[in-house]
Amino acid sequence: MEWKEEGEERPLSQRPEWSDVTPVPQDDGPNPVVPIAYKDDFTETMDYFRAVYFADERSLRSLHVTAEAIHMNAGNYTVWHFRRLILGALNADLHEELNFIKKVANGNPKNYQIWHHRRWVAEKLGSDATSKELDFTKKILSLDAKNYHAWSHRQWVLQELGGWEDELDYCKQLLEDDIFNNSAWNQRYFVITKSPFLGGLEAMRESEVNYTVGAIIAKPENESPWRYLRGLYKDDAQSWVNDPQVSSVCLTVLSAKRNTVFALSTLLDLLCHGFQPSQDFINAVDALKTPDLDQSDSNLATAVCSVLGHMDPMRVNYWAWRKNKLPAQTA
Amino acid sequence: MVESQVFQMYELLSSVPRNAQSVLLELQRDKHIEFLTNGLRQLGPSFCVLDANRPWLCYWILHSIALLGDSVDDELENNTIDFLSRCQDPNGGYGGGPGQMPHLATTYAAINALITLGGHRSLSSINRGKVYTFLRRMKDPSGAFRMHDAGEMDVRACYTAISVASVLTILDDELVKGVGNFILSCQTYEGGISGEPGSEAHGGYTFCGLATMVLIGEVNRLDLTSLIDWVVFRQGVEGGFQGRTNKLVDGCYSFWQGGVFALIQKLHSIIEEQLRLLDAGGSAIDSPQLASISCHSGKRGLHDTSGSAKFSNIGFNFLKEPAEMEPLFHSIALQQYIILCSQLQEGGFRDKPGKHRDYYHTCYCLSGLSVAQYSYSKDADSPPLPRAVFGPYSNLLEPIHPLYNVILDLYHEAHEFFSTS
Repeated sequence: MEWKEEGEERPLSQRPEWSDVTPVPQDDGPNPVVPIAYKDDFTETMDYFRAVYFADERSLRSLHVTAEAIHMNAGNYTVWHFRRLILGALNADLHEELNFIKKVANGNPKNYQIWHHRRWVAEKLGSDATSKELDFTKKILSLDAKNYHAWSHRQWVLQELGGWEDELDYCKQLLEDDIFNNSAWNQRYFVITKSPFLGGLEAMRESEVNYTVGAIIAKPENESPWRYLRGLYKDDAQSWVNDPQVSSVCLTVLSAKRNTVFALSTLLDLLCHGFQPSQDFINAVDALKTPDLDQSDSNLATAVCSVLGHMDPMRVNYWAWRKNKLPAQTA
Repeated sequence: MVESQVFQMYELLSSVPRNAQSVLLELQRDKHIEFLTNGLRQLGPSFCVLDANRPWLCYWILHSIALLGDSVDDELENNTIDFLSRCQDPNGGYGGGPGQMPHLATTYAAINALITLGGHRSLSSINRGKVYTFLRRMKDPSGAFRMHDAGEMDVRACYTAISVASVLTILDDELVKGVGNFILSCQTYEGGISGEPGSEAHGGYTFCGLATMVLIGEVNRLDLTSLIDWVVFRQGVEGGFQGRTNKLVDGCYSFWQGGVFALIQKLHSIIEEQLRLLDAGGSAIDSPQLASISCHSGKRGLHDTSGSAKFSNIGFNFLKEPAEMEPLFHSIALQQYIILCSQLQEGGFRDKPGKHRDYYHTCYCLSGLSVAQYSYSKDADSPPLPRAVFGPYSNLLEPIHPLYNVILDLYHEAHEFFSTS
């Protein structure tokens, strides 16, 4: 499909293919608020866009003016919407469209409209687009490993078009790059729960617990694997309480006496769910108490709350609330 | 890096002489008003990237001015009403500018802006019937909403739609059905809420999801204890909030995350019940007792199916719930971050030191500051104690309605207007 090369320098009003079109100015009224001092080329492009949009002209030149408008303001969802109508009417080559989106996304990786448009195109192309979409999101994520839109799009691609085979590996890679990347942990959860090639959460649980415990030991101050560990036992708190690896990783971190906040918080949650602590736990928590703390806390859970209130002052109110709300029979 | 810049600022504060210190602790009201009013009157060419967001600019600016206890002159007020009317689509809803397709976010912004202006002319300019038609059209069979015709679907869309419907008292079963299921499917293993099922827990979507569930009377269905556990850990060492685990703090989350706490404080009885059920070994969710507590529609109960009546007072009655819990976040630390790190002495607020000021951050930093200042207030009638306010007491802002993020008094005026028309 041929259309004019982008970067056409002549103003629209001087291009012969537009000579029959009367540009439509914006109806801002006589005294608009938040008026923008548009540059001339912006005004002109939008005036011509309005002309074809209001006339519902779904032609090649209309397509071209949407490209120009998008380059000036990638956030104009009306332009994107009309572009989709035109692409449909012209039965355009959507593989070319993917290239167009790629160029626009380079400057605007966090723009909703671009990603929504990408999703629309990919949906039309179906599984033909799968590897391209996985490559595209991978590229964006290589520049910003936490780009929210890229991750959402990637998840959509996997669910609608497939391509799960290498996804767990991809997560592993990203976590090797940065074990603190919570988006990668979230994706890992997505893969182990939804991939048709894996057995589902329960089947994956053991190996995932091993992996997660390793990550915790390496960096106990990393919140991500602690939450992930809890997530592996979603809807099955009893199994979580009963898994010796869970309580044991808490004890290991507590005994090392460094970066213990999440270990303490996890221990507290375990206790609230009926965990029966051994003397080791009581000793480990004791060792973390500072002299000014009340040494006579009646049970371990209360003691943990006290220690946390002191060690994690930003959340002092939260730990006080937790202490206040401890279930009656907590150890 | 951010941490060190922030701590440098805190250290700077302690090292300067007393009188210089007090300047740094003060809210630069005049400068902010100047920055804001200038924006309302004229914006430079670089704002062309917000050409599809002009109702947002109106809301961010007007709401900020109102939070500062000020208002705009009659001329600006009338011009705003006229302008927003031009953004209104003949078939309902508001677009990002005149001639643009209606969009849920700009509809939310326009309506909140008009409520912030207040007064008969402003409120009557909203064509509620047409807004309802637009909302119905945006409704997806899955229960969620699309942002515009054939647009993207996410928790933000649900919030903007439900918030608008609620405040205009046009919320009904047709709009509500399936929304709760969609939002529930967005609560992640971390406890926070994501934009779409499977995505990462995120502050903006968590506020949107929680507020929506409250407005539709289904907040009991969320796992509130795990939501709370996630959100408390979003407050960083700098005092500000991050949007997601292991990411940097950003001033705008002062509202998105801070606002979650304002909502939580009023859900005391539901949270208690969830804790009690956990304690008893049962599932925290799916309790018939919770369903009846959750529906705040006063005496009517769930059997009244007369369209909007069931939902129309949820937003109003929510305010009457006493805030029985102390705030679970560190209110003073948040205020400190906003005033010392996000505030610019020359006016406006920013994400963090090193970033530029903008109207979005000004709006949400101020909204978050208000939430923090009022976080120790049990009810709307008692003003905060001086110790609840960081810096001089004159820093005190106007209180907001935490479900809609409009000024409380202006919400009441709008509620009165829409309930009786």
